Amino acid sequence: MNLFDYTRADTLGAAVGAEGALLAGGTNLLDLMKIGVATPSRLVDVTRLPLSQIEDHGGGLRIGAMVRNADLARHPQVLARFPAVAEALLSGASAQLRNAATTGGNVMQSTRCSYFMDPLSPCNRREPGTGCSAIGGETRNHAILGWTSGCIATHPSDLCVALAAFDAVVEIAGPAGTREVPMATFHPLPDANGVPPALAAGEVITHIRLPDPGGMARHARYVKLRERTSFAFAIVSAAAGIAVQDNRIVAARLALGGVAARPWRSTGAEAALLGQPPIETNFARAAELALQGAAPSGNNAAKIVLARRIAVRALTLAAAGTPDRMPALPASVFEGDDHG
Amino acid sequence: MTQTLNLTINGTTQTIALDDPRATLLDVLRERLGLTGTKKGCDRGQCGACTVLIDGRRMNACLALALSHDGAAVTTIEGLAEGDRLHPVQDAFLRHDGFQCGYCTPGQIMSAVALIAEAEAGLDPERVREGMSGNLCRCAAYAGITEAVLDATRTMTREDAA
Amino acid sequence: MADLMNVQAHVRLGSNAGQSMTRRDGVLKVTGRAPYAADRQPGGMLHAVTATAGIARGRVAHLDTAAALAHPGVVRVYTPANRPPLAEHPDTKIHGFAWRMEALQDDTVRYAGQPIALVVADTLEAATEGARLLNPRYEAEAPRIGLDGNTPYQPETVSIGRPPSLEAGDMDAARAGAARHLDTVVETAAQYHNALEPHAITAQWFGDRLEIDTPNQAIGLAKQSFATYLGIEPSQILIRSPFLGGGFGSKAILYGAQLLVVLAARDLDRPVKLALRRDQMFGPVGHRPATRQTLRLDLDEHGRIAALDHHTLAVASTFDDFIESASNASHSVYATTAMRTTHSAVRTDTGTPGPMRAPGEAPGSAALEVAIDEAAYALGMDPLAFRLLNYADTDPSTGMEFSSKALRECYERAADLFGWKDRPLEPRTMRQGRLLKGWGMGTAQFPCPMFQAAAHATLRADGSAVVETSAADMGQGAWTALAQIAADGLGIDIDRLEFRSGQSDLPDAGVAGGSGHTATAGTALFNAGADTVRQLADLATNDPASPLFGAGNAGVTARGGRLYRNDDESRSEAYEDILARAGLDLVRGEGKGAREGEAQRAMFSHGGVFAEVLVDPDLGQIRVNRLVGAFAVGRIVNPQLARSQLLGGMIWGVGFALHEEAIHDARTGRFTNNDLAGYHIPVNADIPMIEALTVHEDDPFVNALGIKGVGELGVTGTVGAIANAVWHATGVRPHRFPIHPESLI
Repeated sequence: MNLFDYTRADTLGAAVGAEGALLAGGTNLLDLMKIGVATPSRLVDVTRLPLSQIEDHGGGLRIGAMVRNADLARHPQVLARFPAVAEALLSGASAQLRNAATTGGNVMQSTRCSYFMDPLSPCNRREPGTGCSAIGGETRNHAILGWTSGCIATHPSDLCVALAAFDAVVEIAGPAGTREVPMATFHPLPDANGVPPALAAGEVITHIRLPDPGGMARHARYVKLRERTSFAFAIVSAAAGIAVQDNRIVAARLALGGVAARPWRSTGAEAALLGQPPIETNFARAAELALQGAAPSGNNAAKIVLARRIAVRALTLAAAGTPDRMPALPASVFEGDDHG
Repeated sequence: MTQTLNLTINGTTQTIALDDPRATLLDVLRERLGLTGTKKGCDRGQCGACTVLIDGRRMNACLALALSHDGAAVTTIEGLAEGDRLHPVQDAFLRHDGFQCGYCTPGQIMSAVALIAEAEAGLDPERVREGMSGNLCRCAAYAGITEAVLDATRTMTREDAA
Repeated sequence: MADLMNVQAHVRLGSNAGQSMTRRDGVLKVTGRAPYAADRQPGGMLHAVTATAGIARGRVAHLDTAAALAHPGVVRVYTPANRPPLAEHPDTKIHGFAWRMEALQDDTVRYAGQPIALVVADTLEAATEGARLLNPRYEAEAPRIGLDGNTPYQPETVSIGRPPSLEAGDMDAARAGAARHLDTVVETAAQYHNALEPHAITAQWFGDRLEIDTPNQAIGLAKQSFATYLGIEPSQILIRSPFLGGGFGSKAILYGAQLLVVLAARDLDRPVKLALRRDQMFGPVGHRPATRQTLRLDLDEHGRIAALDHHTLAVASTFDDFIESASNASHSVYATTAMRTTHSAVRTDTGTPGPMRAPGEAPGSAALEVAIDEAAYALGMDPLAFRLLNYADTDPSTGMEFSSKALRECYERAADLFGWKDRPLEPRTMRQGRLLKGWGMGTAQFPCPMFQAAAHATLRADGSAVVETSAADMGQGAWTALAQIAADGLGIDIDRLEFRSGQSDLPDAGVAGGSGHTATAGTALFNAGADTVRQLADLATNDPASPLFGAGNAGVTARGGRLYRNDDESRSEAYEDILARAGLDLVRGEGKGAREGEAQRAMFSHGGVFAEVLVDPDLGQIRVNRLVGAFAVGRIVNPQLARSQLLGGMIWGVGFALHEEAIHDARTGRFTNNDLAGYHIPVNADIPMIEALTVHEDDPFVNALGIKGVGELGVTGTVGAIANAVWHATGVRPHRFPIHPESLI
């Protein structure tokens, strides 16, 4: 790890516009510094920023960027209104990491593409214009949607998939003022030479806002397929929400994880569900739409099938209703049959 | 450039003249303070061997930049037993053979202490196993670990009630 | 426990062995006070970090040593240009258990992750950054990676000095008479030991005397090896290795960085410590290589195996010869009239493979058990019935009798507990809700080698004793189990026994490997105790003042710190009284542990393993829902510790079957998952229900104590059981490990 200057920003004013890499929980940034992928000359510690509140926001929630993942996952209002967010959080990493990692840090975490994480491999995402080493390499975990010849990496977050599904908005403070971006489009997709940054220099994520979920509050699920039962990144995952009246879907949300450089929200799939009965054939058609345009970026064609199926599963489970469990459990593909 | 760091470690407040801003809490504990009970298994938050309590919460000391935790209260494996009297979790690990080589054990035990304090797993083995999955054990003493955590949960619940 | 009370081995163990006592080192381990090598910090210590190669083949053209040295805190950078001399070239095979290694002898790179420089600094942070700043430039050649990365060749030996092939019976005749045959190909992935404790060493010189703290599975041999490479006498070296944070085979053999640290400590006249980073454990410290195994079973009209042919193609390194002896796992499991086992290897640009928990047996058993399951299904037979039909009453590879083999009882006990009798023959017939459920089984078998060990026992005037041998405790429980045996050899209560172990100035306990350490070192300790007791008995029976005087041919028995006349138990005397009257402060005995002469019987531990898996039919995710094994392992010294070892082995089987796979990028030869986030080993949540039973087994031949081994057995059988359960659940036959979810949809 290179030497750096360490400073702490105790107020938002001090953090906005500060030069250097923002250090929050450190679970991603310090890791990248240890392996030589991130080499900041200055660290700005933002853990003391007064952004650790979870507030009511007109039936929805406004979550401070410094709220720790573990605190978010066990917050009563998150469990009550956004159970899929709790499930997504608990499906990620480990209890130790969730105690350290922050909401803003989770949104800003880097891809787990092994070529991005290997400083010896050329990588457009690390250094625009140098090429993509993943193409033609080991690509079992790489993108099937939204990729280009410039980058086939995926975003690894579980949380962001659920946030994107439920219309979360990212609130950003910058030297030029504040702005808002929907979670679903916050992470830029790659172009032919790399990936534009999500935040401009000096910008800081301050809050994540989730609007009122309406009838979806008790019909929201997150499902994750992974190689280990726990403590593993997703092969594919899905967050879904459904509201039903008179056996007709009146609201639907669907986002996929592990498939693209951002959580893959499919408004097309959601629209196709409206007015339909909540049955598997309709979910399958929606999943088909969600995967429209999917293409393997290497030896990962199976992910297209898996993504389609996990979308169906998430919608099916959402339609069945969120189980009343306190606290939430991580979403297991086994759950519902052998226990729980 | 030396920076000053205040930490309350196992109940004792110390002012540490930190010789290197890069030092993680783990390397401060192990290499600067001689508290080597906390282990380094991967140094990247992927194994849990370095688990300590920071302000009562379990975290990976390897991914905690020491300077960022100025003022924190840290509990390590050295701070659990009271003299010769083992903490109930330590005692349960011993009785249930919840370890073999012992290297992941301090991290497992700190994680288990926090798991019990979090009071979310209770006596549900499924939740205990999930809650302990951030602590890898290559000897694979998982059956003993789960039994030990459940046993210690029962013991500590009784003690609380008494 | 009840089984143990009835054991009639020809050496009587007293009241210590056979008990489930908790680990004697347990309090140290649960309080964080057990010292591992990286915990050492002698005054004035420097930190070392290796820089490792970013190419897999070629040479290092340039290292920016100036940049590294300019970094604050960096003290010295060692490269091939300035590495202090060694008395022996690191590529010399100084004995059969020495690997060719990289200690900066030249600028060649032979695998990614190879050490190419050593940076020594005041702090770990400075050494780490110094190593990064070396920013090597290379002349790279295209690497040869994977089972198809090079032309296969015929190795002269497999494993460590074993013949590469075996043929027993008449293969041609057996095949000609067979009713049908079955071919199967099974691939297994490269696996890395990944002990939770990274390899570490702290070295300090005191003049011409060297003290080393490093985890090692063969402390005496390591001392010899260090002495040879350094050109000093073994007596000048003290190695401390009281606790290994896991070994699994990867800490039995020296690696280059250990030599570099010792050289640096001498050169700088300061203690130096090095601990490998997790990613640096992928390469220089061994691994289980990938294999492609081809099996052919010829079956007669009754379903009996007439001929068994098992060929293994294994990945090897370009510069040394460790060939995974997977085919040998087929030698002794099932009866057959003829068999042939062969090996070939492919030289690739990787670190040299080495023994990893159940070397040969683990991948070999995985492939064999899959083939056996396929044969059973082809015949329309229950897999257990098929195994019983082909039960080997003698070792088919040699014709020898088994020293003991309670495998039938294992099958019976485990099948019973598991509920196997209700298993439908057809796959994809059981469900649990939406999930597919399947049951599979496998046979576990592992040999019972013995090595060489020596021990001392000293009985003190107060009736307490100290025993000494340089055993290695890597978690199997040597501190406890060996002490239990030693106390019985001395006839004292274990609380009166001090056990000195884990360092090189004690009698050599041999290698902690091959599941033979407890038997070997235990025998030495038991014999040392018995030697001590014999001397004590001589003193007493020749002393007219002793109640034991004149016991003569009737002899005496030692227990609880007293000697008793065999013909009159009312006449006894305490050890301390015998010593006091003889005016002695102590009595000292010696013992050895080794197998005498050529084995006349086939000696194996056995077991039956039964697995239940649940598979999501849409997504392919697999969960090992239940895992039950029953094992016959001779005399059990400590049931609790033995169970832990067996369970650990079975969970290694889960990892082998479902998780573990080291992946290289074929273009660069670098790993794409050399960390614990990418290289998956099972986590706690992967193990919902697991049980290991043991059945009674009295083996008067395996060694005088009747002890077999428990460390590696559990891996075998389990992998096949899980794969067969996956097939039974899904109807998809796994032919590649680990089994990926997408292969099942």
